[in-house]
Amino acid sequence: MPKQLIVDGKTIEVEDGTTLMHACEMAGAVIPRFCYHERLSIAGNCRMCLVEVQGSPKPIASCAMLVNDLPPNRDGSPKIVNTTTPLVKKAREGVMEFLLINHPLDCPICDQGGECDLQDQAIAFGMGGSRYRENKRAVEEKYIGPLIKTIMTRCIHCTRCVRYMTEVAGVEELGLIGRGEDAEITTYLDRGIFSEMSANVVDLCPVGALTHRPWAFAARPWEMDSTETIDVMDALGSAIRVDTRGSAVMRILPRNNDAVNEEWISDKTRHVADGLKIQRLDQPYVRNGGRLEPASWDQALTLVAGRLKAAKPEKIGAIAGDLAGAEEMFAVKDLLGRFGATSFDCRQAGEKLDPKLGRAGYLFNSSIEGIEQADAILIVGSNPKLEAPVLNARIRKRWRAADIKIALIGAKVDLAYPYEYLGAGPDTLEQIANGKHAFANVLKGVAHPMVIVGQGAHARSDGLAILSLAARLLLAASAGKEASWNGFNILHTAAARVAGLDLGFVPGKGGKDVAGILGSGMDFVYLLGADECDLSRLGSAFVVYQGSNGDRGAERADVVFPAAAYTEKSATYVNTEGRAQQTVRAVYPPGSAKEDWKILRELSQRAGNTLPYDTIAELRAAMYRSAPQLAALNTVEARAASGLETLAKLSGRPGPEPFASVIADFYLTNPIARASAVMAGMSALRSSHEQKLSAAE
Amino acid sequence: MLHDRDRIFRNIYGFHDVSLKGARQRGAWDGTKFFIDMGHDYIIDEVKKSGLRGRGGAGFPTGLKWSFMPKADSRPSYVVINADESEPGSCKDREILRHDPHLLIEGALLASFAMRAHTSYVYVRGEYIRERQALQRAIDEAYDAKLIGKDNIHGWDFDLVVHHGAGAYICGEETAMLESLEGKKGQPRLKPPFPANVGLYGAPTTVNNVESIAVAGDILRRGSSWFAALGLPNNTGTKLFQISGHVERPCVVEEEMGIPLKDLIDKHCGGIRGGWDNLLAVIPGGSSVRCITAEQAMDVTMDFDALGKLGSGLGTAAVIVMDKSTDIIGAIRRIAYFYKHESCGQCTPCREGTGWMWRVLERMERGEAEKREIDLLLDVTKQVEGHTICALGDAAAWPVQGLIKNFRPVIEARIDQYQAKHTREAAE
Repeated sequence: MPKQLIVDGKTIEVEDGTTLMHACEMAGAVIPRFCYHERLSIAGNCRMCLVEVQGSPKPIASCAMLVNDLPPNRDGSPKIVNTTTPLVKKAREGVMEFLLINHPLDCPICDQGGECDLQDQAIAFGMGGSRYRENKRAVEEKYIGPLIKTIMTRCIHCTRCVRYMTEVAGVEELGLIGRGEDAEITTYLDRGIFSEMSANVVDLCPVGALTHRPWAFAARPWEMDSTETIDVMDALGSAIRVDTRGSAVMRILPRNNDAVNEEWISDKTRHVADGLKIQRLDQPYVRNGGRLEPASWDQALTLVAGRLKAAKPEKIGAIAGDLAGAEEMFAVKDLLGRFGATSFDCRQAGEKLDPKLGRAGYLFNSSIEGIEQADAILIVGSNPKLEAPVLNARIRKRWRAADIKIALIGAKVDLAYPYEYLGAGPDTLEQIANGKHAFANVLKGVAHPMVIVGQGAHARSDGLAILSLAARLLLAASAGKEASWNGFNILHTAAARVAGLDLGFVPGKGGKDVAGILGSGMDFVYLLGADECDLSRLGSAFVVYQGSNGDRGAERADVVFPAAAYTEKSATYVNTEGRAQQTVRAVYPPGSAKEDWKILRELSQRAGNTLPYDTIAELRAAMYRSAPQLAALNTVEARAASGLETLAKLSGRPGPEPFASVIADFYLTNPIARASAVMAGMSALRSSHEQKLSAAE
Repeated sequence: MLHDRDRIFRNIYGFHDVSLKGARQRGAWDGTKFFIDMGHDYIIDEVKKSGLRGRGGAGFPTGLKWSFMPKADSRPSYVVINADESEPGSCKDREILRHDPHLLIEGALLASFAMRAHTSYVYVRGEYIRERQALQRAIDEAYDAKLIGKDNIHGWDFDLVVHHGAGAYICGEETAMLESLEGKKGQPRLKPPFPANVGLYGAPTTVNNVESIAVAGDILRRGSSWFAALGLPNNTGTKLFQISGHVERPCVVEEEMGIPLKDLIDKHCGGIRGGWDNLLAVIPGGSSVRCITAEQAMDVTMDFDALGKLGSGLGTAAVIVMDKSTDIIGAIRRIAYFYKHESCGQCTPCREGTGWMWRVLERMERGEAEKREIDLLLDVTKQVEGHTICALGDAAAWPVQGLIKNFRPVIEARIDQYQAKHTREAAE
């Protein structure tokens, strides 16, 4: 029932369940806050948001008061709330003063300076000076890992970090110990936090108590330019902001996108930034006498063009890697197709997804936001905590909000929420699909059943049979329910994958797939940033590697084309739910590296078969003609479960092998991450921690 | 002066048999079944009519509080009995736990029945080890006699569980107590929701002081009108007063509400040490209320309203008497230190303000301060008061406010003295 309120003389209507703080904001009032955060539980402890409510002798913490909890006026008239009275001003000044008396005021050497809530609000709501002349408190340093630097003397005890860790990340490793002014935030054991998304606490920290250790003292916020773009470290396409100074990426921060990442990003997304500077391919290389030697663009392009023209069409192959943009995949396919090639594959890990079976067969159909409607979730062959930490946090959010059943088939792992472990391999899935397992009834009994199939389940020779089982299972569970709900979800691990499938970057007529290209003596193989496959099987083929970082692919290549990383080009990526998004260039590629599509365009010219586009806009126009879904940016189309029927009707029985884990090392999944020193440090720390744990057992 | 026949706690000094047998001889557990047969609302009505106000300090009408509990709810209801008596000066609940525990157990059954609770918890202060043992003994006796427990003779299944705290003052705050009972860190919750709606384990809960619960049996036995006739209007009944400090014989004594402070001290404590002329100040309700001056103490009555009018409060009726040998600044400084030490650290004004107040007082005690800092200190207390989640902020601010209100000249003199000494030393 809407309720009337008079805020600062302005009458507004608010729904029950609205906090007083939001009601005041709706009326245009500014309410300062430190501890309150939209996505965390309400602590009400900073007391900065006090407002005056007529009839109440004390000012009220507006973040914690629901409008329906306000005692009604006797005569039924609307409650009068004031946010600008002397009482409120005095209360805010008082709280501000208290927060500052034990704060070191070391802003000149604090990395938070310039983007600090405490600074901003002290100016807006504080007093001119300090009246405190006693000694200030100092807090012993804490160690909470290599990503988060702590200067706990600056802490104002808002407990946002504690609440984030416990509620969102699901790691109960941070806490407030001690009492009164001796209260301290700590991990207690002075051990690093083990979470894939721990660095978000730095964004949440309203002061400089938690800052980013890898970027400590590197740049001031006002020196940097910001570019809003998207991330490619996993298949979510999280919204990020890339901050640059000159030609260098200084830091990567999350942006808000409720549909995808809310406002969290994984530690890899954030701290991979130094990988954009290390091991970069900044000029072309040509193999000469077994060694890669620097070459000019002219030399490299001419050589490759010659080899391409000389190759037999059935002996030409191309593999697209995990970070490739849609534009370059389209251009590679277009170019090599003009030479008669049909051996294309973007499914680097050997996934058995097939675009011919319908788009619903390879997408996260319910959408990421749809997780918040799921009533029962079956995870098959996936570890979302490593494959898509932010998506996993969304599942945890759903688990916290409602009493839902979650079950897992695959390797037994920690997912940050409890689940029922059903089994290790396809036989359990088969039982459920045949209705011979109790969980089949659980899925049937709820309105919104969901199946999440990971790469571990289908990147194997019997992958199609497994996908078919999962689709059949989901169709059976959704029978007779809301037609618009499609809970069949493929969780991809690579940013490039969905666009590749959308573009049909898969073997054409008589073409070979990844395994075929690698193992059958091809003449000419084009690796578009493909590093995660067994390149040792390429034999004597002439290999061209185009990518941003020198890694496995470049090591094997005969010619290396230096290309742009995702922060250096505008490229289209389609995330696991089928949402097309474009990156925005934040800096230029280093050295003589070029944007990917330009390299291909130039190569086509040298090879005597010029691609018919001179600008990225023309390229996109051509691309949209072949894959119109890429043109619908930032949207997810509705995909009914009926789209799964072709997939579900496939025959074949899966083998008995248990589902494998896809991600061996979360921090080292792609060439950029492998180049990053921070990621290497995290990886080493994690493995030594795991060794210690297994030694303790 | 309260007549012996009107006393509720007839074994408060432990002179008689503490066991169930002894308690029964003194009237406990008499007619309990009858009251339960009269129904839930009868008990609540009687307590309402008696005018009983909560004995834990705030003085909220007990019957009214009980009536807030939902009458039909799918969740269980709980009654939590606050025996975390940690307020400096207070020592009444321990006497009940030690010597009259059966009154408490009977009251717990009646209160729980009235509020449709089958389980009640007694949260005993960490330092009260013997008291906990005494209470547990009495509870065991009651279980053995089938007075409480499953299928007891009263026909209302009822379990009484003793929970032993770990010695934090803040756990005496009702919602912090619920947190602590749930096994969490004792930090007050935000209100609303109030415990009667969302309390222990998310279920409707009422938290009452030991004394409020322990008097319930006698109120029913003797009738609400008997209780209401004692004391003053709006401040009815009897109350355990605890007098400590500079009196000849400090004691805990049951007296009528509204007894003049002078009578209380003269009749039960043998007067002020050195006579009434030697009185400096009185803290009438435990360390958290503002002190009153000797002059005010001469003719104030001991009840919620009269003391409230003086800007002080009855609190738990823990009277701390200070004669002229007291360094009043030092005394309040010590209290300020207590609150600084016991602040839970959750919300800003209390966490930061209690330490600030203590540090300023620490200097003021020596005189090492500026006179304008007195107003600064007063301002700081006002910034803490009313801005915190729980009442600990208020409790920390009030004693300091009492000091400044009543003894500003003493502080100023101390500052002058210090400055005179130091300018002289500097000159020499």
